[in-house]
Amino acid sequence: MSSSKQALAHPAPGSGAAPGDKPGAARGAGGRGTPAPGPSSWRSRLYRWDMKAAPYAFISPFFIIFGAFGLIPLLYTGWYSLHNVQLSSLDHKSWAGLDNYRNLLSSDFFWNALKNTFTIGLISTVPQLLMAIGIAHLLNYRLRGSTVWRVVMLTPYATSVAAATLVFTLLYSWDGGMVNWLLGFVGVDPVNWRESTWGSQFAVSSIVIWRWTGYNALIYLAAMQAIPGDLYESAAIDGANRWQQFRHVTIPQLRPTILFTVVISTIGATQLFGEPLLFGGVSGSKGGSEHQYQTLGLYMYDQGWIIGNLGKASAIAWSMFLILLIVAAINLLFTRRLRKSQ
Amino acid sequence: MTTSELTAPQDAVPVREVRAPRRRVMGAGKQMHAGPLTYVVLIVFALVSLAPLVWTAIAASRNNQRLAETPPPLWFGANLFKNLQTAWDQAGMGTAMFNSTIVAGSITIGTVLFSTLAGFAFAKLKFRFSSTLLLLTIGTMMIPPQLAVVPLYLWMADLHWSNHLQTVILPTLVSAFGTFFMRQYLVQALPTELIEAARVDGASSLRVVWHVVFPAARPAMAVLGLLTFVMAWNDFLWPIIALNQQNPTVQVALNSLGTGYIPDQSVIMAGALLGTLPLLIAFLLFGKQIVGGIMQGAVKG
Repeated sequence: MSSSKQALAHPAPGSGAAPGDKPGAARGAGGRGTPAPGPSSWRSRLYRWDMKAAPYAFISPFFIIFGAFGLIPLLYTGWYSLHNVQLSSLDHKSWAGLDNYRNLLSSDFFWNALKNTFTIGLISTVPQLLMAIGIAHLLNYRLRGSTVWRVVMLTPYATSVAAATLVFTLLYSWDGGMVNWLLGFVGVDPVNWRESTWGSQFAVSSIVIWRWTGYNALIYLAAMQAIPGDLYESAAIDGANRWQQFRHVTIPQLRPTILFTVVISTIGATQLFGEPLLFGGVSGSKGGSEHQYQTLGLYMYDQGWIIGNLGKASAIAWSMFLILLIVAAINLLFTRRLRKSQ
Repeated sequence: MTTSELTAPQDAVPVREVRAPRRRVMGAGKQMHAGPLTYVVLIVFALVSLAPLVWTAIAASRNNQRLAETPPPLWFGANLFKNLQTAWDQAGMGTAMFNSTIVAGSITIGTVLFSTLAGFAFAKLKFRFSSTLLLLTIGTMMIPPQLAVVPLYLWMADLHWSNHLQTVILPTLVSAFGTFFMRQYLVQALPTELIEAARVDGASSLRVVWHVVFPAARPAMAVLGLLTFVMAWNDFLWPIIALNQQNPTVQVALNSLGTGYIPDQSVIMAGALLGTLPLLIAFLLFGKQIVGGIMQGAVKG
């Protein structure tokens, strides 16, 4: 080891401050030892200081940068949500109290966006996770070229929201779109995926489903591989068939992972933004002519950067935050109950 | 195994019949071989995963008029390189890919470096409030980016930083996920005795990091680097607020295309193809590592 040269120079502090010792203990050990010659004691003091400060130095980049670009802006967003801040005159902020929030609560568009976020979240998350469990179950068999299957399932994840949405928008176009053309073969009339409410919400959800199903399948697969094999063996001894094993061994064992993916997907669904924005094309921030797929994230962008009311956008952001806190609280409750029942 | 041994003498049935339950016992875990039906279903899902990407290339090789006709094209046309050229020059995809390389590259280096340092501290060093701080780090993952963009936008305007790449690099230079990922890896991959040995030799913390932690963390750093690069390349919300078509990243350029910057669907598809290509190549080369990374993160997450 390259550091062995130093070992000869001053062995005392090294043995005095072994990792794991409390800083106080290290100091005690150093004090008890024979008085070291001048330069070495300076070194040993430096060494002890290094031991104490290093952990904080190592974690500080995260906390400094997160503080500067995450936490402080979060608080400022709350502050600005109580102000009238316009994009056209950034230097003139005036106190507005709860006006922005009152404005939101009385706005149909806000409730509409909240409702759309919820419905799109539901129709994108539920099928996505169900399919992911199914795929994971299949990938868990012994397969030829198992890695290839996994990579293929993950490729949609490599596609950005923007690229995927541009492609899907074309696939869903009313005239000459691939989806309507294929539906024609099974005798379904062309669906107006842009204008109809459920059609557009389904189309937007399908982009989310396409991009994330494989990713979630891999997460479930990892959890499935961690299930001890003897659980299946004893289930089989009890006469459980494949489906019963899946139902009574796999699913209960996956429960923490399912909870985890539900939380992650809920967080993702609450922020949903890029898909509806680009699906809408030129006037994308409105979320369709009737705002039929305008989500909260999109509504915030529309109010802040298209209409130019940054104060109101801040209030929308904080409403999203509140919703997520509620979700987190519910999740915590569930986890507690899950732990108790086990 | 034990079942067959137990049941065989009791029931005194022919050996072949005893094997049936035994195969089920064996197969219930990961050893069970996939049947043809499994392959059929997987092929369907694989096609659904790949078809939109293949069709992007088909659409990019046609022209705008052809894409409006029914039935949609199912095979490649002759315009691929022309459309790629147009997307590269006129839609700014060339600049965008260059910028995205710089942005995603810087973010990847920063995230991997800072995550390894912090992950090491959380995994192996004892300090006050370490578990609270780790919980706090994980908790930050719940905060959506929307909560930061208004003040960031205002400050950026004050600094006259709009359209500068550092605006989109700096806020994403660290990652809570990365920190947690590296911590989970180092907890089991880095033997504490190794650190202690270096300490006994009088190595400073930086030396320990350089000579002990980095070598041990290298596989996880590579995987985290890949995952971070994908995420940074595809980041959308803050870049489209902070940058515009003058100096875009790939996602900003695609957003411009989507809002009618060049109203030609075949060129738009060429842009989407160009913007996805680097990541598809990365998946082709390092797919196994990326898959492994996601699955690793999952078990421990």
